[in-house]
Amino acid sequence: METMRERFVSTTQSLLGSDPRLAVVLADISADAFEPARRQYPRRVINVGIREQLMISVAAGLALEGLRPVVHSYTPFLIERPYEQIKLDLCHQDVGAVLVSIGASYDWAAGGRTHQAPGDVALLDALPGWTVHVPGHPEEVETLLRAALPGRDRVYLRLSLQTNAAPHSLVPGRFEVVRRGRRGTVLAVGPMLDGVLSAVAGQDLTVLYAATVRPFDAKTLLATLSEPSIILVEPFLEGTSAHAVTSALTHLPHRLLSVGVGRAELRRYGTAQEHEAAHGLDARGLRERITSFLNA
Amino acid sequence: MPTPTPSLPYEELGRLLSRMTGAEKHAPSATSTLDVLWVLYDQILRVSPTCLDDPERDRFVLSKGHGPMAYYAVLAAKGFLPLQELARFGAYDALLGHHPDRVLVPGVEVGSGSLGHGLPIAVGMALGLRIQERFRPRVAVLLGDAEMDEGSNHEAIAVAGRMGLDALTAIVIDNQSASHGWPGGLAGRFASEGWHAETVSGRDHAALARALSLPRRGRPQAVIATVEPKG
Repeated sequence: METMRERFVSTTQSLLGSDPRLAVVLADISADAFEPARRQYPRRVINVGIREQLMISVAAGLALEGLRPVVHSYTPFLIERPYEQIKLDLCHQDVGAVLVSIGASYDWAAGGRTHQAPGDVALLDALPGWTVHVPGHPEEVETLLRAALPGRDRVYLRLSLQTNAAPHSLVPGRFEVVRRGRRGTVLAVGPMLDGVLSAVAGQDLTVLYAATVRPFDAKTLLATLSEPSIILVEPFLEGTSAHAVTSALTHLPHRLLSVGVGRAELRRYGTAQEHEAAHGLDARGLRERITSFLNA
Repeated sequence: MPTPTPSLPYEELGRLLSRMTGAEKHAPSATSTLDVLWVLYDQILRVSPTCLDDPERDRFVLSKGHGPMAYYAVLAAKGFLPLQELARFGAYDALLGHHPDRVLVPGVEVGSGSLGHGLPIAVGMALGLRIQERFRPRVAVLLGDAEMDEGSNHEAIAVAGRMGLDALTAIVIDNQSASHGWPGGLAGRFASEGWHAETVSGRDHAALARALSLPRRGRPQAVIATVEPKG
């Protein structure tokens, strides 16, 4: 199956032809994949080499000149290494960009800690004005990217090799009601949906699917709430969206189970599936934690 | 908003600086950047308070955002700022903070304060001009020799040189304040990355104006402006 990254590259290349504001900024990662686009649009596909601070600053300069920068790298090198450039060169200057990462929390588990960035969404969440998309399927990448590119705002797309089996027809920014139940609500973020559906089979729970976590669609969460027991399942740092849930339910006594990637460094290699299981994010781990929460 | 004042002469800059510092007298030479800023806004940059949105204007970036009083004084002298704002320097609801903010201050292209951001952003601005085939405007960036310690500047210098960004001019005020110095001088650092680089007195208006008026030759340009060592 086509990967999210492949769909990102092909969609971006096609949009470079129709939108003269669009410019891609790279720091070597995926430069090969963008080479055909660079040959076609040599001034608008810019590879600065392995210089991630400059990559973000250049995007800011392009945005100040009215262009729409798309900035792409592996998650830790896109978000963590140039974090001050994101804070000052984009947010403080009050300009926008579309940041697109690959690697997610542990796509390349054998790559070790240097290539894992489960804290990326929490870091962006500490800054103002970010829309954060966590697509669960390559089709959704195209939908969300096409929605993001015409704007001038700050958008983050977090791509992963982990996907759901089928795409969902998204309304960007809205949670999708996958099914309704009476004992509480599970909010499954991006690629976690299939595992969540498997884990809660037979449970009388509402399942919401979020391919966009910021802004947080509190309206749909509230409108579909049966019982104020919420289970948040995120493919990044555990509890990243917990404050958004509690903020939505300030007026209501509620219970919240946050499931996500643990804060402690796992210090293991292997596969993404092994890391998922270690963090209790596989179907079995999810089933155990959700059942225990509901029966507590 | 009061009407901006017409252009004031160089001799008035000391008085404008005093409005911010509260000192009775302020010698322009006490501020390392003042002469370079004056020459830029008086003779070099094609920008005025009436053309802030003109895509053909020249862009100026104060990368060295510390101690922006000289910058504010020159902007006020040239009519970008109401003079009365100077006395409100650093107040809660002032336009002028201890580091400049582009969102608040008319004529400020890039907000700065944390060192090593202005030149890299200016590389993006120069690339943006090139993409849009705007070949007339230039992007002038003012840095300090101590600011050159920041690694991010060296990412920018290398790429600007390789890409031949001749819209870009870096002016480095050298008051020998870098903790570990720059053996051989800063001009060599730029030249080795393909920039045109020269060193002039940062107090000599004629020499600065000449250095900043060279025709473009397909390379970015660096002017190292030496001033008295920081005391």
